[in-house]
Order: sequence, then structure tokens, then C-alpha cells
Amino acid sequence: MKAEVDLNRRKALKAGGSMGLLALFGGLGLLQSGAALAEWNKAAFSAKSMDDALNALGVIIPENSATAIQLTVPEIAENGSVVPVSVASNLADIEQISILVDKNPNVLAASFVIPQGTEGLITTRVKMGQTANVIALVKAGGKYYRVAKEVKVTAGGCGG
Amino acid sequence: MGNPMKIRATAKDGVTEVKILMQHEMETGLRKEADGTLVPAWFITEVKAQYQGRTVLDGQFGQSISKNPYLLFRFKGGAVGEKIAVSWVDNKGDSRTDEATIAA
Amino acid sequence: MNTNQIHKAMMVLALSTSFAAVAADSAVTDSDRIEQYREMISDGNPAEFDEMRGEELWKKAAGPNKVSLEQCDLGKGAGVVKGAYSELPKYFKDTKKVQDLESRLLTCMTTLQGFTEDEITAKPFASSKKPSDISSLATYVVGQSKGIKMAVSTKHPKVKESYEIGKRIFNYRAGPYDFACSTCHATSGVRIRMQDLPNMRSSKKDAQIAYTGWPAYRVSQGLTRSFQWRLNDCFRQQRFPEPKFASEATIALTTFLAVNANGAEYVGPGLKR
Repeated sequence: MKAEVDLNRRKALKAGGSMGLLALFGGLGLLQSGAALAEWNKAAFSAKSMDDALNALGVIIPENSATAIQLTVPEIAENGSVVPVSVASNLADIEQISILVDKNPNVLAASFVIPQGTEGLITTRVKMGQTANVIALVKAGGKYYRVAKEVKVTAGGCGG
Repeated sequence: MGNPMKIRATAKDGVTEVKILMQHEMETGLRKEADGTLVPAWFITEVKAQYQGRTVLDGQFGQSISKNPYLLFRFKGGAVGEKIAVSWVDNKGDSRTDEATIAA
Repeated sequence: MNTNQIHKAMMVLALSTSFAAVAADSAVTDSDRIEQYREMISDGNPAEFDEMRGEELWKKAAGPNKVSLEQCDLGKGAGVVKGAYSELPKYFKDTKKVQDLESRLLTCMTTLQGFTEDEITAKPFASSKKPSDISSLATYVVGQSKGIKMAVSTKHPKVKESYEIGKRIFNYRAGPYDFACSTCHATSGVRIRMQDLPNMRSSKKDAQIAYTGWPAYRVSQGLTRSFQWRLNDCFRQQRFPEPKFASEATIALTTFLAVNANGAEYVGPGLKR
């Protein structure tokens, strides 16, 4: 019941929030002519499985391509609440970089539209509930590429 | 209005590297309090970086991004003394915009 | 690879069957992997936000007297913050006591700003619900010693005495588990789960690394933790009664640990698992 209320409230606020940001950009003179914020991809971020997430992102059978993408993750994470992830690729015409964690309740962690002139490089930090695969998904020249690496999540001691 | 971000932008060889640290709880909506009540989801959904009216990064976050999100990216262009602006919006409609000056 | 690393590698082989094959192949130990993880998260430390908060509090008029802490003497003269932490604990003439950073901040908040000691010590540590002003102030002050070498003087007899008391506390076995700090921190090459434990009794390097990385942002708690908190948690883990905030005992132990770290560059506030 409470979750439903929150969800409705979120929906109601979301519209306002996006408008607020647009206004903010406008005020700062930052708004590109004709640029509109892409709608937050609710279906993709709510996906509970890899297949659902890939479908919601409009991905068709990504090529497994370890050579095209460098995915840097630690082999062991001392704490699952902060796992550093870096995705780099030299592919031409990169349009999008997404980061997924296959065993998380919501598998899609983040998705970035890479405008022209921005390098194919993203570093961020994700939460991991358990040892799992981190997947980097790169869209370049209309094609999808992906690479996965396992990160072991440990429980720490008293930790320095 | 959200809490301020830390933004560091440095230009080198025609490329600007941007490091962003945001202050946000990033609640997954799955965590429970000691008394069993569910902590509602509260997380940044959209992050956008702008340089001279040009969008240099347009990102979307889900619940799995760590508390106090960190982001690093690079774009071509940008010179020392110029400004870059970063904005985020969260699922409750809160937002924040901060500016930083590109350093050497 | 030095003998210590070889020893660690052997321990990994003996203790961790799941990684044994990998360790044998590449001679990369779990300790190395943890180190790699720590290196990867070292950039962009959320403790910076606590430093910002602390700086604002330092400069803001507060308390019944409505004054800032800008006249607070942390040992290098009224209002001098730069490098102050690298020389603490220190003997202060006005209080006739050896004081660490947090007890000194407590003195300034009571004498200058007019807060009562109880108001501050009732909840001196941050929680996920509420930040702690004294803790944020400490984060700000320590950040102003970044890159400065630890130089705690034991010339004053009271500091020397404090050091000796601290050493005794470090080695004092008590509590339901008959534990002392030294039970875990006076041997090289031991660990709890994945964490290597610093040997703070006989390894100068271990003692320096352990001390100069605190206070720190704890990613598992999402909070910046002060040094008094760190000691408190050590006592809790040993099942000792938790010490009073800024008590003589905690200051003595801090003096012992700080002096042992002398010569090392202060690198905090740190970032821990």
C-alpha cells in the first residue's frame, strides 16, 4: 500500500522534477536548442533479469567482445556497497555505455548517452549484494558489444 | 534542493577530464530499518553535464549506484578557466546544479 | 617479493582453497587484490563533504556565546588549523591536560561557544540519522594536515606520561575475552577474514599506515568516522565497557599511537571498507 503511494508520488513529482531541471538549464543558458531530456528508462531500471533489461534497452543479441571494451573492476571487493567500475572503449561512434550487475535485484545500474566529442570512458561505483558478474554494454555505430567480469564480494573484518 | 557536489575538471592536451562526487543517500528501496519498516527508494535518476551549451554527458542511474555517487568521464575541448555545469534529478523530484571552473 | 609477502602468499594458499590455484599461478595474493580495490576507490572520497561541513561549523557563530571557533587554539596559536593535527596530542597550559583533537575541540566549544560538555558528549558520533558537529569539525581540522609529517613531541613530561599510560592500555588484557589491543595488533602477518592486521607494536610502518589513515569515511556505514570513534569501536569489539568520550584513557592511547606514527606523512581523512 505504502509502496503504491510512493510510486504515484514519484510519478507525480517526476514530471515536475524534469521540468525544474529544464528551467534550470534554460536559466543558465545551458539548454541546447532542440535538446530534450530523455525520459528515465523505468522499464530498464526495474528489470529483474538480464534479458528483461536488455529488451528494455532495445538491445539485440550483444556481441561478446572483450577486445572492443576494457572493463576494469576489482577481483575482490572489500565491501559490496562500493564497487568501482570503469568502462573504456575505442570503438568508433560510441552512442551509449551501460553498466549491469547480473545478480542484483535491479540488474541495470546505470546507462549513459555518449554525445559526439565525449570519449568512450565512464568510471563510477555500484552496489553489489553478492558475488556476481558486472557487465559493460556499449552501443557503437548502431551495434551492441558487451563484456562481463566477476567480482567477488567479501564480508570484512574490523577493517582498519 | 540537494546538497552541493564536488566537481573537478582538468584540461590537458585538448581533453577535459571531469570527476564528480555527488551527495546523495541512494536508497535502494529494499533496505529495512531495525524495526522492519522498508526504507523507501530515494536515488538520483538523471545526471547531465553541460559545457558551453553542449551536453557532454547524459546519464541515467538506477538503485544500484553507490551512496554519494562518483562519476568520471572525458570530453574533447574545454580550456582552463572555462566553466562546466553538472545537474542531477532524483526520483523524488529534488535536483541540484553546480558549476566548476576547468583547471590545468 | 619480500619475505612478508611470501608469508602472506603462503597463508592465502593455506587458508583459501578457492583462490589457491590463482594465487599459485600469478603470485597475486588476496592482500594484493584488496590493495587493488582500495586503490581503485581512493579517488573521490565522500569524507570531503564532512570536511566542508566541518569548515562551515568552524567559521559559524554558534552556542550561547554566538561566536565561531576561529579563536580556538589547537596548539599552534589561536585560530591556526594548518598542521595542527600532525602535532596532537599535546599538553595545553590552560586546561593543564594532554589533549587530542576531539578533547581540544570540546574545550573550545565549551569555553568559547558556551556549550555544556554534556550537550556535546551525549552523542559525539555521527549516525545515519544525524551528523555530529564535533566529528565534522575534527574531519575539517585533520584535512588541514594532509601532506604534513606527523611530529608529536614527547618532550613535555605529561605527554611522556600519557604515552606510557597509552602503551600500558595497548597491552592491558581484560574483559570477558581476556583481550588487549595487542592481542590482534602486535604480531605481523595475521588477519581477520580478508583484512591484514597492522602490527602496531613492532612494525613502525604498520603503525604509521594505521594511524595516518584515520579519521576515515567508512563505505560500509556511509559515514566519516573520527579517531575517538575508532578507539571506541576497538574497545567494543574487545567486549570492554565503552570508554567515555575524550577520556584520559582514550587520549593516552591516542598519544601512544600518534607518537609511534611520527615521521609519516598524514594522508587522511581516509577511505575504508
